[in-house]
Amino acid sequence: MIATSFTPGLSLLGGALIGLAAAALLLADGKVAGVSGILARCLAPQRGDFAWRVAFLCGLPLGATLVIQLTGDAHGFAITQSLPVLVSGGLLVGFGTALGGGCTSGHGVCGLARGSQRSLAATLTFMAAGALTVFAARHLLGGG
Amino acid sequence: MRVLAALLCGVVFGVGLAVGGMTNPAKVLGFLDVTGVWDPSLAFVMGGALGVNALAFALTRRRARPLFAESFALPTLRDLDRELVVGAAIFGVGWGLVGLCPGPALASLLRGQPEVFAFVAAMVAGMSLDRLRRLYT
Repeated sequence: MIATSFTPGLSLLGGALIGLAAAALLLADGKVAGVSGILARCLAPQRGDFAWRVAFLCGLPLGATLVIQLTGDAHGFAITQSLPVLVSGGLLVGFGTALGGGCTSGHGVCGLARGSQRSLAATLTFMAAGALTVFAARHLLGGG
Repeated sequence: MRVLAALLCGVVFGVGLAVGGMTNPAKVLGFLDVTGVWDPSLAFVMGGALGVNALAFALTRRRARPLFAESFALPTLRDLDRELVVGAAIFGVGWGLVGLCPGPALASLLRGQPEVFAFVAAMVAGMSLDRLRRLYT
């Protein structure tokens, strides 16, 4: 387990940029910036509804890498899980977001901003499930 | 124009994820660890994103259509259902196991870390499983 330091200023700035990007995608293309949905619907492409998805998704690593190259890795990157845990986590995240129709961005940022009750329920649920999982892994099982 | 705008939005979104600290799984787990050494930073990411987006949404809603598309594609479902809650719970467990959600996972792909590739491959497989489920139920 790795403790990280509290970064309210940087995190608020990063959040504002995420909000700006989500707002711009809605204003420009009329689309909701929910990453899981944008990715999931790439798997069954519809005519005229594919290129913008790939473009948005490619922008994510480009933007993040740009920041890391220009400013250094302010927050670092630490992942300590074993391969079975990584793969289980990935499967659960992929299946869960597809079943629940959204992730942190789609429900948490875009849905809540629209005042969607479904997104509020989803956000409270995944936050609680995430916190319970970390509690179980770190404090009951002593790992994570 | 539509595709270029999406690319630019993706870049800014990725910049925000990295600046805010969402791309470090340890920081995400520190946020979810409310009874341990809690790092509340990600509440500020959510707050910043939600504030700017909610303001912009109120302004955008006055427009009849987006700049480069025919219409706004907004979700139409309103009711809470079991799939929503069960899906969100399953997602939360995976999020809590690794500390990565879909955006930051994709944003970390260029780090060249095998852990990220394994996670993203499994995530896409999980999405495909749901697609199969929808086809056969």
